[in-house]
Amino acid sequence: MLYREVGQYKTSYAADMAVFPILQDRIGIGVILLVAFVVIPLTGNDFLLNAVLIPFLIFSLAAIGLNLLTGYTGLLSLGTGAFMGVGAYACLKLTTYFPQVNIIVWILASGFFSAAVGVLFGLPSLRIKGFYLAVATLAAQFFLEWCFIRIPWLYNYAISGAIEVPKRTLAGIALTGPTATASTRYVVVLGIVVLLTWVASNLVHGRIGRMWMAVRDMDLAAELVGIRLLPTKLLAFAVSSFYCGVAGAMMVFLWYGGAEANVFAIDQSFLILFMVIIGGLGTLIGSFFGAALIYILPIVLRWVPEAFGLPLHPATVEHLQFLILGVLIIVFLVVEPSGLARLWQIGKQKLRVWPFPY
Amino acid sequence: MRAPSSGDTALGEVLLAVEDVSLSFGGVRALTAVSFDIRKGEIRAIIGPNGAGKTSMLNVVNGFYQPQSGRITFKGEARNSMRPYAAARGGIARTFQNLALFRGMTTLDNILAGRSLKMRRGFFWQVIRHGPALTEEVEHRRRVEEIIDFLEIAAIRKIPVGRLPYGLQKRVELGRALAMEPDLLLLDEPMAGMNLEEKEDMSRFIIDVNQQYGTTIALIEHDMGVVMDLSDRVVVLDYGRKIADAVPDEVKKDENVIRAYLGQPHGVSA
Amino acid sequence: MHLLYQIFVDPFVQMGAAPDLLAQTLWDGLVAGVLYALIALGFVLIFKASGVFNFAQGIMVVFAALTLVGLHEHGVPAFLALGLTIVVMFVLAFGVERLMLRPLVNQSDVILFMATFGLTYILIGLGQLIFGGNPKVMIANELYLPSGEMRFKGLGGFVSFQKIDIAAVIIASLMVAVLAVFFQRTRIGRALRAVADSHQAALSVGISLEQIWVIVWFAAGVVALTTGIMWGARSEVSFSLQIIALKALPVLILGGLTSIPGAIVGGLIIGIGEKLGEFYWGPLLGGGIETWFAYVIALGFLVFRPQGLFGEKIIERI
Repeated sequence: MLYREVGQYKTSYAADMAVFPILQDRIGIGVILLVAFVVIPLTGNDFLLNAVLIPFLIFSLAAIGLNLLTGYTGLLSLGTGAFMGVGAYACLKLTTYFPQVNIIVWILASGFFSAAVGVLFGLPSLRIKGFYLAVATLAAQFFLEWCFIRIPWLYNYAISGAIEVPKRTLAGIALTGPTATASTRYVVVLGIVVLLTWVASNLVHGRIGRMWMAVRDMDLAAELVGIRLLPTKLLAFAVSSFYCGVAGAMMVFLWYGGAEANVFAIDQSFLILFMVIIGGLGTLIGSFFGAALIYILPIVLRWVPEAFGLPLHPATVEHLQFLILGVLIIVFLVVEPSGLARLWQIGKQKLRVWPFPY
Repeated sequence: MRAPSSGDTALGEVLLAVEDVSLSFGGVRALTAVSFDIRKGEIRAIIGPNGAGKTSMLNVVNGFYQPQSGRITFKGEARNSMRPYAAARGGIARTFQNLALFRGMTTLDNILAGRSLKMRRGFFWQVIRHGPALTEEVEHRRRVEEIIDFLEIAAIRKIPVGRLPYGLQKRVELGRALAMEPDLLLLDEPMAGMNLEEKEDMSRFIIDVNQQYGTTIALIEHDMGVVMDLSDRVVVLDYGRKIADAVPDEVKKDENVIRAYLGQPHGVSA
Repeated sequence: MHLLYQIFVDPFVQMGAAPDLLAQTLWDGLVAGVLYALIALGFVLIFKASGVFNFAQGIMVVFAALTLVGLHEHGVPAFLALGLTIVVMFVLAFGVERLMLRPLVNQSDVILFMATFGLTYILIGLGQLIFGGNPKVMIANELYLPSGEMRFKGLGGFVSFQKIDIAAVIIASLMVAVLAVFFQRTRIGRALRAVADSHQAALSVGISLEQIWVIVWFAAGVVALTTGIMWGARSEVSFSLQIIALKALPVLILGGLTSIPGAIVGGLIIGIGEKLGEFYWGPLLGGGIETWFAYVIALGFLVFRPQGLFGEKIIERI
């Protein structure tokens, strides 16, 4: 009853092509942004920010990156973790050599380094397709992992072998380092994620998104229509890696505060791939859904046994998490292979005609 | 869709010529020394029994296959083989026997994809979208809507093409080809799998495209009635060789053609 | 200049200077290669018959080995434990077919691939819950597998062969031979090949897809068990084995996803190439290149032959 398009006529093509054509959707987004930018920083506690929202946003960004490559362009990649790592290490080196430049600038700039590496490892996509290309991205993953450990220059020769994040400020407020408050870091992360999500939305709704999807659906036909395959695929690698790089830099600088190389190992790549698949391949909102489910689930699982009074050994809980995650993946794939985004779409459809069945 | 400009080939002159084109796959000879031309503004039919090499011929023109020998001359430029991108840029568009639509996208997006070559706004503008990129998108949307009206598929524009019935999918594919504003349109069995009504619709579209927009058309088709009614000239292929090349009336009476389609007579008068 | 010498000349000089070390490295590479080939074999079996790329093959190796050792730890005699483990692998195959393959029967390859990811996590979770996360010792002695080493003097020094490695190579070769004969000569083997070619055509001649899938996943399970025993006997049974299984991917690339001989040849090339690379070129780069060298080898091959050495050429028709 509330969610009706009745009376909303589009009188121009631009209006018809808008990202949120329905007024109720626009209001909804407005409310979410208001809550996110204003309400939460003022009222949220440190735990909510540190352990839930900041990582959720960061993983969502990485998931968007992978979704652009795998969901929209159809190029399966198992190197997400490594590309995130490139961003993190690039950011460290940039801020080490130019500490006077604002850290936010470097976080965004580190994406370009990731993009360059992504393009390099995307070159085989000229000849190789599908599953075989995924193995090429695995080569990138393992090689870069090796670099992160074996090239001490990357982590500033720290004895621990890990990235140690220096303190950086903006207008006197600490952004990174041990003194930065959770609220500050949350607002910065939120700002970057909202900005980059807007950019991703612009890209996928326009000419470039169509080119990517054409290459995914039938690359021979795409060539025929005048879409050049290699530049399109390389652009997908570049943009995707950019997003992953920024996410990686944020992960180290604005969340963990420091990191060892194993944070960017193959497990991370798989984790983000699950987020994308369960969330919905080829959708932006699916990236958020997937990140929410896969990231929040273990936290919930940790609290549920306690809430019910069952004292479970933490190791057992971890083993259970694996088991439940595995079962969830299969159940999801059986029930809705197009992911949570599709369920959301179906839900909205039903809402449009509610209370009628169809 | 656009008025012919002075740089184009004049009406009646040769737009595309294939000379002595031979194509083999391993031991299989798909085409042997085939030569014919297509004149600007005409509808040229390519017919022949199954396996004659008709689709292979289109694939050569379009750049999917590279022939082992022979030349292709398009708009005065001769080359040994074509590449898909060069063909698209040169103004060749095509539809397929088995449909090659982008199944994950809507009708509108599929046809808009056909405008890819014409869309110029670079990456930076696409990133911010509002401004020149959006203006360009609206402009092309306008053109695409003209095609959608022309093909009478307005009702299905927002539907993902995978859900459409076969006949409508073929129309969408035609729309995507038309969106490229091609000089030469290659149609591979556009009527396949259609009933009489659908065939009449499709025939009307093809004639309209040819007459209203001046598009040269090369058409593979099995329905002889359609071929005879629509085409200006006909090329007949059999086992990879050209066996006839004339106007429809002459081809209809050609003995070689009759023999190719009906086989050798078995004591029953043909 | 010096760098060029280091890369292109020095390693070969070193090889010539100490032929016994070279022989040792080659042998170690061969053994590793055989084990990679066994894992790859499991992948190929399942892929050939169901078109599913079974990412869980690695964890199946670990799970099978864990089951065997776990049963023995609870007092079951070695060979009975072996038999019971085989039964468990059959139950697993049955479960996978019923609960994973059947509901997903028409979905795309990516979806099925992701489902095997889910299977991997389920097996990791189950394995850890039932057997604990600590590494275990394989019951090599109880299964009458040889131990100790044989040393040969020669080639300017001496070369040593672990007896368990020799046993591994022999058993693996036997297994491959049996599988090859099974595929080529028996009725079920023929049915498997038919299913690999086209599900619909196989259905139309009356082949039960479900039965075939259970059989093939069971066969892959037995291969996994064998691999687990051999590998566990050489080192230990732990979950880190699963990561090593990822090495099978470059093997599959080289060999092609659908070829049994390809899996073997690919395994040997990767195994030997990797060991040679690590030993002779590794020091140049600071060591530890084993983690990615195999992938780079595979990548190099892919660029020239996208379908692998023995794989079927991917033909796209439009």
